Amino acid sequence: MSMLNVFQIAGSALNAQSMRLNTTASNLANADSVTTETGEPYRAKQVVFAARPVAGPGAIGVQVTQIVDSAAPMRLVYEPNNPAANAEGYVEMPNVNVAEEMVNMISASRSYQNNAEIMNTARTLLQRTLQIGQ
Amino acid sequence: MKTLVDNQFRFHQTALNLQAYRQELLASNIANADTPHFKARDIDFKSALQGAMTAARSGVALQTTHAGHITGGASASAENYAKYRTELQSSVDGNTVNMDIERAAFAENALRYEASVTFINGMLRSLNTALTGQ
Repeated sequence: MSMLNVFQIAGSALNAQSMRLNTTASNLANADSVTTETGEPYRAKQVVFAARPVAGPGAIGVQVTQIVDSAAPMRLVYEPNNPAANAEGYVEMPNVNVAEEMVNMISASRSYQNNAEIMNTARTLLQRTLQIGQ
Repeated sequence: MKTLVDNQFRFHQTALNLQAYRQELLASNIANADTPHFKARDIDFKSALQGAMTAARSGVALQTTHAGHITGGASASAENYAKYRTELQSSVDGNTVNMDIERAAFAENALRYEASVTFINGMLRSLNTALTGQ
Protein backbone atom coordinates (compact mmCIF):
# COMPACT_ATOMS: atom_id res chain seq x y z
CA MET A 1 0.00 0.00 0.00
CA SER A 2 1.89 3.02 -1.27
CA MET A 3 -0.61 5.51 0.06
CA LEU A 4 -0.01 4.41 3.66
CA ASN A 5 3.70 5.11 3.20
CA VAL A 6 2.85 8.77 2.65
CA PHE A 7 1.91 8.96 6.34
CA GLN A 8 5.29 7.57 7.34
CA ILE A 9 7.14 9.93 5.01
CA ALA A 10 5.24 13.03 6.10
CA GLY A 11 5.42 11.85 9.72
CA SER A 12 9.21 11.58 9.61
CA ALA A 13 9.36 15.07 8.11
CA LEU A 14 7.08 16.46 10.84
CA ASN A 15 9.34 14.90 13.46
CA ALA A 16 12.50 16.29 11.85
CA GLN A 17 11.04 19.78 11.42
CA SER A 18 9.81 19.88 15.00
CA MET A 19 13.31 18.95 16.18
CA ARG A 20 14.66 21.80 14.07
CA LEU A 21 12.09 24.11 15.64
CA ASN A 22 13.16 22.86 19.07
CA THR A 23 16.82 23.68 18.47
CA THR A 24 15.83 27.10 17.12
CA ALA A 25 13.82 27.70 20.29
CA SER A 26 16.80 26.69 22.46
CA ASN A 27 19.12 28.92 20.46
CA LEU A 28 16.82 31.94 20.72
CA ALA A 29 16.14 31.32 24.41
CA ASN A 30 19.87 31.07 25.12
CA ALA A 31 20.97 33.94 22.88
CA ASP A 32 22.34 35.70 25.96
CA SER A 33 23.34 32.75 28.19
CA VAL A 34 26.90 33.61 29.15
CA THR A 35 27.43 30.42 31.14
CA THR A 36 26.10 26.89 30.87
CA GLU A 37 26.59 23.88 33.12
CA THR A 38 30.09 23.40 31.64
CA GLY A 39 31.02 27.00 32.48
CA GLU A 40 31.44 27.87 28.80
CA PRO A 41 29.07 30.23 26.98
CA TYR A 42 26.15 28.60 25.15
CA ARG A 43 26.91 27.45 21.60
CA ALA A 44 24.24 27.57 18.90
CA LYS A 45 22.94 24.11 17.93
CA GLN A 46 22.05 23.08 14.40
CA VAL A 47 20.28 19.94 13.20
CA VAL A 48 21.65 17.79 10.36
CA PHE A 49 19.00 16.28 8.07
CA ALA A 50 19.53 13.11 6.04
CA ALA A 51 17.22 11.28 3.63
CA ARG A 52 16.27 7.81 4.89
CA PRO A 53 14.14 5.16 3.16
CA VAL A 54 11.10 4.29 5.30
CA ALA A 55 9.61 1.53 3.11
CA GLY A 56 10.83 0.50 -0.32
CA PRO A 57 12.93 2.56 -2.73
CA GLY A 58 10.24 5.16 -3.48
CA ALA A 59 9.39 6.14 0.08
CA ILE A 60 12.14 8.38 1.41
CA GLY A 61 11.63 10.12 4.71
CA VAL A 62 13.82 12.48 6.70
CA GLN A 63 15.87 11.76 9.76
CA VAL A 64 17.83 14.04 12.05
CA THR A 65 21.20 12.28 12.10
CA GLN A 66 22.91 14.57 14.58
CA ILE A 67 22.76 17.90 16.33
CA VAL A 68 25.99 19.83 15.92
CA ASP A 69 27.36 22.88 17.73
CA SER A 70 27.77 25.88 15.48
CA ALA A 71 31.40 26.59 14.55
CA ALA A 72 30.81 30.35 14.35
CA PRO A 73 33.12 32.48 16.51
CA MET A 74 31.78 33.67 19.86
CA ARG A 75 30.45 37.20 20.10
CA LEU A 76 32.70 39.43 22.22
CA VAL A 77 31.06 42.25 24.13
CA TYR A 78 33.00 44.90 26.04
CA GLU A 79 31.58 44.87 29.57
CA PRO A 80 34.36 45.38 32.16
CA ASN A 81 31.93 45.35 35.09
CA ASN A 82 30.50 41.95 34.23
CA PRO A 83 31.85 39.19 36.55
CA ALA A 84 32.28 36.92 33.49
CA ALA A 85 34.56 39.44 31.74
CA ASN A 86 38.13 38.41 30.88
CA ALA A 87 41.32 40.40 31.63
CA GLU A 88 40.69 42.81 28.73
CA GLY A 89 37.11 43.42 29.90
CA TYR A 90 35.41 41.41 27.16
CA VAL A 91 32.56 38.98 27.84
CA GLU A 92 32.21 35.95 25.54
CA MET A 93 28.57 35.79 24.43
CA PRO A 94 26.88 32.85 22.65
CA ASN A 95 27.43 32.60 18.89
CA VAL A 96 23.67 32.65 18.21
CA ASN A 97 22.75 34.66 15.12
CA VAL A 98 19.24 35.86 15.95
CA ALA A 99 18.33 36.83 12.37
CA GLU A 100 19.46 33.44 11.09
CA GLU A 101 17.46 31.67 13.78
CA MET A 102 14.31 33.62 12.92
CA VAL A 103 14.70 32.62 9.26
CA ASN A 104 15.25 29.02 10.35
CA MET A 105 12.12 29.17 12.47
CA ILE A 106 9.94 30.42 9.62
CA SER A 107 11.39 27.85 7.22
CA ALA A 108 10.81 25.02 9.70
CA SER A 109 7.23 26.07 10.44
CA ARG A 110 6.41 26.36 6.71
CA SER A 111 7.88 22.91 6.04
CA TYR A 112 5.90 21.54 8.97
CA GLN A 113 2.69 23.04 7.55
CA ASN A 114 3.44 21.59 4.11
CA ASN A 115 3.87 18.09 5.48
CA ALA A 116 0.78 18.32 7.66
CA GLU A 117 -1.12 19.31 4.50
CA ILE A 118 0.32 16.27 2.69
CA MET A 119 -0.98 14.02 5.46
CA ASN A 120 -4.46 15.56 5.17
CA THR A 121 -4.52 14.98 1.41
CA ALA A 122 -3.37 11.37 1.81
CA ARG A 123 -6.06 10.80 4.41
CA THR A 124 -8.79 12.16 2.10
CA LEU A 125 -7.56 9.97 -0.75
CA LEU A 126 -7.49 6.87 1.44
CA GLN A 127 -11.02 7.60 2.65
CA ARG A 128 -12.20 7.85 -0.96
CA THR A 129 -10.49 4.54 -1.70
CA LEU A 130 -12.20 2.87 1.23
CA GLN A 131 -15.56 4.12 -0.03
CA ILE A 132 -15.19 2.45 -3.45
CA GLY A 133 -18.38 0.56 -4.29
CA GLN A 134 -20.48 2.08 -1.52
CA MET B 1 -18.51 -9.91 -20.55
CA LYS B 2 -16.03 -11.10 -17.96
CA THR B 3 -12.95 -10.00 -19.91
CA LEU B 4 -14.53 -6.65 -20.77
CA VAL B 5 -15.18 -5.83 -17.12
CA ASP B 6 -11.82 -7.23 -16.10
CA ASN B 7 -9.97 -5.14 -18.68
CA GLN B 8 -11.73 -1.95 -17.70
CA PHE B 9 -11.11 -2.54 -14.02
CA ARG B 10 -7.51 -3.50 -14.66
CA PHE B 11 -6.83 -0.23 -16.42
CA HIS B 12 -8.16 1.86 -13.56
CA GLN B 13 -6.55 -0.38 -10.97
CA THR B 14 -3.15 0.01 -12.66
CA ALA B 15 -3.65 3.76 -12.91
CA LEU B 16 -4.63 3.93 -9.23
CA ASN B 17 -1.56 1.96 -8.18
CA LEU B 18 0.72 4.20 -10.23
CA GLN B 19 -0.91 7.34 -8.85
CA ALA B 20 -0.46 6.03 -5.31
CA TYR B 21 3.21 5.36 -6.05
CA ARG B 22 3.63 8.82 -7.56
CA GLN B 23 1.97 10.35 -4.50
CA GLU B 24 4.56 8.54 -2.37
CA LEU B 25 7.43 9.90 -4.48
CA LEU B 26 6.08 13.45 -4.33
CA ALA B 27 5.57 13.18 -0.57
CA SER B 28 9.22 12.09 -0.28
CA ASN B 29 10.29 15.12 -2.28
CA ILE B 30 8.29 17.50 -0.10
CA ALA B 31 9.46 15.81 3.10
CA ASN B 32 13.07 16.22 2.01
CA ALA B 33 12.76 19.86 0.94
CA ASP B 34 15.42 20.83 3.52
CA THR B 35 17.72 17.79 3.25
CA PRO B 36 21.13 18.63 1.74
CA HIS B 37 22.07 16.75 -1.46
CA PHE B 38 18.59 15.27 -1.84
CA LYS B 39 17.58 14.83 -5.48
CA ALA B 40 13.87 15.14 -6.29
CA ARG B 41 12.30 12.26 -8.27
CA ASP B 42 9.11 11.78 -10.23
CA ILE B 43 7.68 9.30 -12.73
CA ASP B 44 6.72 9.91 -16.34
CA PHE B 45 3.12 8.89 -15.79
CA LYS B 46 2.23 8.22 -19.43
CA SER B 47 5.08 5.83 -20.17
CA ALA B 48 4.76 4.19 -16.74
CA LEU B 49 1.06 3.48 -17.35
CA GLN B 50 1.78 2.17 -20.84
CA GLY B 51 4.55 -0.05 -19.48
CA ALA B 52 2.36 -1.32 -16.67
CA MET B 53 -0.52 -2.08 -19.07
CA THR B 54 1.74 -4.02 -21.46
CA ALA B 55 3.12 -5.87 -18.46
CA ALA B 56 -0.40 -6.67 -17.26
CA ARG B 57 -1.31 -8.01 -20.72
CA SER B 58 1.88 -10.02 -21.19
CA GLY B 59 1.25 -12.20 -18.16
CA VAL B 60 3.03 -12.81 -14.89
CA ALA B 61 6.59 -11.51 -14.54
CA LEU B 62 9.09 -14.14 -13.44
CA GLN B 63 12.16 -13.47 -11.36
CA THR B 64 15.32 -14.48 -13.20
CA THR B 65 18.51 -15.25 -11.31
CA HIS B 66 20.29 -16.96 -14.24
CA ALA B 67 20.81 -16.07 -17.91
CA GLY B 68 19.08 -19.28 -19.00
CA HIS B 69 15.86 -18.59 -17.07
CA ILE B 70 12.57 -17.90 -18.85
CA THR B 71 11.75 -14.19 -18.54
CA GLY B 72 7.94 -14.41 -18.60
CA GLY B 73 6.01 -11.15 -18.90
CA ALA B 74 7.50 -7.71 -18.55
CA SER B 75 8.01 -6.42 -15.03
CA ALA B 76 5.23 -4.09 -13.91
CA SER B 77 7.34 -2.38 -11.27
CA ALA B 78 6.71 1.36 -11.15
CA GLU B 79 10.13 1.90 -9.61
CA ASN B 80 11.73 1.43 -13.03
CA TYR B 81 10.05 4.62 -14.18
CA ALA B 82 11.21 6.85 -11.32
CA LYS B 83 13.54 9.49 -12.74
CA TYR B 84 15.42 12.42 -11.24
CA ARG B 85 14.02 15.86 -11.90
CA THR B 86 16.02 18.39 -13.88
CA GLU B 87 16.56 21.38 -11.64
CA LEU B 88 15.34 24.84 -12.47
CA GLN B 89 17.19 26.80 -9.81
CA SER B 90 20.25 25.26 -8.24
CA SER B 91 20.76 25.60 -4.51
CA VAL B 92 24.02 25.66 -2.61
CA ASP B 93 23.33 22.51 -0.59
CA GLY B 94 22.75 20.38 -3.71
CA ASN B 95 19.03 19.92 -3.03
CA THR B 96 16.89 19.87 -6.19
CA VAL B 97 13.42 20.07 -4.60
CA ASN B 98 11.38 22.96 -6.00
CA MET B 99 8.48 23.34 -3.59
CA ASP B 100 6.15 25.07 -6.08
CA ILE B 101 6.52 22.30 -8.63
CA GLU B 102 6.16 19.57 -6.04
CA ARG B 103 3.07 21.08 -4.45
CA ALA B 104 1.45 21.58 -7.85
CA ALA B 105 2.27 18.00 -8.89
CA PHE B 106 1.00 16.69 -5.57
CA ALA B 107 -2.34 18.50 -5.90
CA GLU B 108 -2.68 17.40 -9.53
CA ASN B 109 -1.90 13.78 -8.71
CA ALA B 110 -4.39 13.82 -5.81
CA LEU B 111 -7.06 15.03 -8.23
CA ARG B 112 -6.18 12.31 -10.73
CA TYR B 113 -6.34 9.70 -7.99
CA GLU B 114 -9.81 10.91 -7.02
CA ALA B 115 -10.82 10.82 -10.68
CA SER B 116 -9.71 7.18 -10.95
CA VAL B 117 -11.67 6.32 -7.82
CA THR B 118 -14.72 8.08 -9.29
CA PHE B 119 -14.36 6.11 -12.54
CA ILE B 120 -14.20 2.82 -10.65
CA ASN B 121 -17.24 3.81 -8.61
CA GLY B 122 -19.13 4.71 -11.80
CA MET B 123 -18.24 1.38 -13.38
CA LEU B 124 -19.41 -0.48 -10.31
CA ARG B 125 -22.64 1.50 -10.30
CA SER B 126 -23.40 0.76 -13.96
CA LEU B 127 -22.55 -2.90 -13.38
CA ASN B 128 -24.99 -2.89 -10.48
CA THR B 129 -27.67 -1.34 -12.68
CA ALA B 130 -27.12 -4.07 -15.27
CA LEU B 131 -27.32 -6.77 -12.60
CA THR B 132 -30.50 -5.55 -10.95
CA GLY B 133 -32.04 -5.05 -14.39
CA GLN B 134 -34.73 -2.51 -13.61
